[in-house]
Amino acid sequence: MKPSAWLIVLAVPASLLWALWQGSVDIPARDLLSALGGGGDEVTREIVWGLRAPRALSAFVCGALLALAGALLQVLLRNPLADPFILGVSGGASVGALAAMLAGAALALQHLFALAGAALAAAAIFAFSLRPSGWNAYRVVLAGAALSAGFGAIVSLLLTLAPAAQVQGMLFWLLGDLSGAKDPLAAWVVLALAALAAQTQAASLDILTLGEDKARSLGVAVTSVQTLVFVAAAAATMAAVLLGGALGFVGLVVPHLLRLVGYYGHRALLPLSVALGGSFLAAADALARSVAAPIELPAGVVTALIGVPTLLYLLLKLR
Amino acid sequence: MLKASGLSIEVAGRSLIEGLALEVERGQCWALLGRNGTGKTSLLFALAGLRRPHRGVIQIEGRPLADTPRRELALRLGILLQDEPADFWGSTLDYVLLGRFPRSRTAFAPDTDPREQAQRLLVELELAEHLTQPYRTLSGGERQRARIAQLLMQDPDCLLLDEPLQHLDLRHQLTVMQALAARARAGRALLMVLHEPTAAARFCDHALLLYHAGRIPQGPTNELLTQENLESLYQCRIEPVSAPGIQAFIPR
Repeated sequence: MKPSAWLIVLAVPASLLWALWQGSVDIPARDLLSALGGGGDEVTREIVWGLRAPRALSAFVCGALLALAGALLQVLLRNPLADPFILGVSGGASVGALAAMLAGAALALQHLFALAGAALAAAAIFAFSLRPSGWNAYRVVLAGAALSAGFGAIVSLLLTLAPAAQVQGMLFWLLGDLSGAKDPLAAWVVLALAALAAQTQAASLDILTLGEDKARSLGVAVTSVQTLVFVAAAAATMAAVLLGGALGFVGLVVPHLLRLVGYYGHRALLPLSVALGGSFLAAADALARSVAAPIELPAGVVTALIGVPTLLYLLLKLR
Repeated sequence: MLKASGLSIEVAGRSLIEGLALEVERGQCWALLGRNGTGKTSLLFALAGLRRPHRGVIQIEGRPLADTPRRELALRLGILLQDEPADFWGSTLDYVLLGRFPRSRTAFAPDTDPREQAQRLLVELELAEHLTQPYRTLSGGERQRARIAQLLMQDPDCLLLDEPLQHLDLRHQLTVMQALAARARAGRALLMVLHEPTAAARFCDHALLLYHAGRIPQGPTNELLTQENLESLYQCRIEPVSAPGIQAFIPR
C-alpha cells in the first residue's frame, strides 16, 4: 500500500476523534478519551456518546456514501463532472419532503415522502435510460439534468407558497445540514451493502473505462454490471440525502483527488473514496460546528467552500 | 474455428452484406479489404458478437455466439476496435494488463505473473520505454500498439482487428504485422480489416473483398489480390510492383 493510502486510512479515526472533540462545550482530550472508554463523568459521556458520536458517525457515513456514489457515477457515465446529484435523487427528496412539510405532515412522514421522492426520481432516470441494448449514459445525464431542473422549479414554487416560519426548516433539504442527523444506522447498512456490491465489480469498472464495446469483448457482462452499480450509486445517494440533505462537492471532488494522486484502479479507488469522503465530511462538519460557535454553519456550506477552490485547482491541473 | 453462414448485415436500413458464408480456420490470417462504408467494421462487430446480424448464424468452434457466455467468448474471440476512449488513467502496463481480465479468476484475486507477459508484449511492440508512462499521454501510434498489445495479452483463439495499421509509421507497421503473423503461425485465427493491399498480400494467406452491392469474393491472397480485382474494388488505377518476395500495389 502506498504511504498516501495509509494516510487516508489513518484519517478515518483521526477525523472521527476530532469530530468527537469539537463542539460548543470544551472537553479536554484526557476526559474525551476516558469518556470514550466508558469512564469519566456522566455529563461528558452523554455529550460524547449521546450527542457528538451520532453526529460524527452521520457526517462520516454521508461523506462516504456520496464519495462512493460519485466515483461510481463518474466511471459509469464516463463524465468527470458527474456527481451523485446527477441522478436527480436530491431534487426528488427535496420535493417530497417540502410537499409533506407544507401539508403539515409529521417528521417521520416527511422522511417517508423524501424517500418516495428520491426513489421516484431514480426510477424515472432508470426508465428513461435503460434500453434493451443496455444503459445509455447520455440519457442518464440529460434525463438527470431535466429532472433536476424540474425539481428545482417545484422547490422554488413550494418555497414561495410556504409560510415564512416553515422556510427555515425547508432549507435543510436544499443546503445540506447534519444538525438533525441522529440515527445513522440505516445509512451505515446501505454503505456496507453498496460498497461491497461495487467492490465485487471493481475490475469490470476498470475495463468499462475503455468503452462498452471493448468491455464486452473482454468478457464483462456490461449491462448487468452497470445495473448493479447504478442501483448501488442511487441507493448510496438516497441514504446520504435522507440523512444529511444535499451536501455538495464531496461526491465530485473526493474521487478526483484520489485519481490525481494515482488511485485510478477501482480496487483501491472505491474503498479509499469511502475512507476519504467520510473523513472529509466528518472533519468539515466538526469545523462547521466549531468555527463560529455557538452558531452552527451548515456542513454543506463548509464542503462547498473547501470543494469549490479544490475543484478549480483540479481543473487547472487536468490537461 | 469461426464460421458464419447466411450472414446479412444492415445499417440504418441499408443492406451492406447479404448471405455471406465464411470459415476462418486456426493458423489462417485473413485480410478484409473494401472501400469506406462497405460494412467492414459492421461485419467485424457482428463476428465479435458485439452486434446482432440482421440474418444468419455465427459460430465459434461449432457453438453459436449468442449461446456463449461473455467471459468464455472473450477467451475464444477478441477484437481490436477502430476507436476507443483514450482517457484511461493508468500506465501503459496497467492498460495492457486489462487484457488478462477474461482469465483472472475473480475481481478479488488478481494474478501476479501476467506482468512479465505484459512486459514481453510491450518489448515486442517496441513500447518498453513507455511501460510506466500514463496511457493517455501516449501518441496515437504508441496507443495503437498498446491496444494491440492488450489484445495479444487477452490471447483469444481468434483475433479480429479493425485497421491494426492506423496511426503507425512504416517501421511499426512492419513490427505489428510481424507480431500478428507470428500469432497465426502459432495456431491463432486472424481476420483483419486493412487498407493496405501490399501488407495483405505479404502477411495474409486469405482475403475477403467487400464490394458495394454485397459482392464478396474470397480466397487465397495470391489468387484474389490481382491488379484487376483491386482496381475494380477501389475504383482507381492500381499498379502492381514486384520486389523479391513482395508484391506491392501502388494507386495511380
